[in-house]
Amino acid sequence: MTALRNIRLVWLGLTAGLMALTLWMIFLWVPTEINQGNIQRSLYFHVPVAWTAMIAILLIAVASVAYLKTRDEKWDRLAVAGAETGIIFAALMLITGMVWAKPVWGVWWTGEAKLTTTLILFFIYVAYLMFRAYFPPGEQRRRLAAIIGVMGAVDTPIIYYGAQLWERAHPAAVVGPLSESDSSVDGPIGLTLMVATLTFSALFVYVASERYRLRKQEDEVTALRRTISLLPPRSASSTDVTSGVPVGGA
Amino acid sequence: MGASLATVWTLARKDLLLELRSRDIVLAIVVFALLVITIFTFAVELTPSRSMDVGPGVLWAAVAFAGVLGLNRSFAMEAEGDTLDGLMLTPVSRDLIFFGKMLGNFIFITIAEIVIFPVFEALFNISVLQVETIVIALLASIGFSAVGTAFAAVSVRVRSREIMLPLLFLPASVPLIMAAVESTSVVVNGGSWSAFSDWLQLAIAFDVIFVIASAVLFQFALEN
Repeated sequence: MTALRNIRLVWLGLTAGLMALTLWMIFLWVPTEINQGNIQRSLYFHVPVAWTAMIAILLIAVASVAYLKTRDEKWDRLAVAGAETGIIFAALMLITGMVWAKPVWGVWWTGEAKLTTTLILFFIYVAYLMFRAYFPPGEQRRRLAAIIGVMGAVDTPIIYYGAQLWERAHPAAVVGPLSESDSSVDGPIGLTLMVATLTFSALFVYVASERYRLRKQEDEVTALRRTISLLPPRSASSTDVTSGVPVGGA
Repeated sequence: MGASLATVWTLARKDLLLELRSRDIVLAIVVFALLVITIFTFAVELTPSRSMDVGPGVLWAAVAFAGVLGLNRSFAMEAEGDTLDGLMLTPVSRDLIFFGKMLGNFIFITIAEIVIFPVFEALFNISVLQVETIVIALLASIGFSAVGTAFAAVSVRVRSREIMLPLLFLPASVPLIMAAVESTSVVVNGGSWSAFSDWLQLAIAFDVIFVIASAVLFQFALEN
């Protein structure tokens, strides 16, 4: 237990150190991009959180399949941790992307394939979490949630393909410095992106593992309450404890 | 194979018989879809060119939103009548139950479309009753019923399932809705098969993948 705790502390320290380095690189070290100016710095957040959101989908898919296969609760906890953390990162990705797109593309939003895909996936995983919140805890919730997790993952490539076709059929009304050319991502810009991606991946792992731990404790509390409620009441006063409802949550 | 098909048909026929007596599902889909379409005739001023632009989108949005209502009922009826356990106890494999339910839902949606399409054509003044659109409609109905049956089974025991099913079903069906809207758009603008073959492929791929995935995952949904 203490070994695990130490690893977590070291990981937290590592993430914090990396974050300090990343922030320094983004705001002080890397030169301002010549075409877009300072707004381009938001990409150093946007790309890494997009990457971690993708990892989250993969995590949910793998954990959901593993749960259906093994029925081990740890996989369910992993899927929840991935979904809850992933949805925050996906929201950050959408926000940072829009903030960047408005000055650079001239629009907040456009029918670009990756944008469309992200938004749809965002909705699918919001529904996944809502489902978990609506359903009483137990084996059935874990199983049904895993089904949704797998369905979402199966849908991902189809959504992306559809969004690409859609983008081709509807050329985006994008005007701005970046509408025509692709910017290059080498030199300091590429290095900063790489370090930032590493940092946000570390952050994701840390937050998800904390969520996993919390989830485990929630399950333990629920199990304890159930045990207590099965004990024969000793006196009138002790029944208060047993009337507690099971711990809810997503 | 023959015995399996007979089982699937028996299961679907059960739903069709119930529907013939109550007329709950098809009527709900038709009336709701027509309401959506009617509201859009007021929301958008329909000049001929604008009908062409927004019409296909309105049509498929209406079918998708109305379809959810029907899909909801198909398992809600079982849950309310306490027949879900009976269904699960029947000595047939779960995938046959899935295909039976899916066939029932497919027939409901298709019948509803048979009513919706002519009314839409009249209200929007664009010609959707063509061979191409009928093929698209059948492909869409297959996909909707596959995804819908799986998600309806998942959400049948959740409180407020009427909210849950659309939240699961609609985003998952987005590629199929895109394909249906875009192909219909091409057809009403006079395009031929080759002009929307990409979208047709997308719809077929969606159908194949989700019929298989839904059938496999459905078994886990009805496990107890």
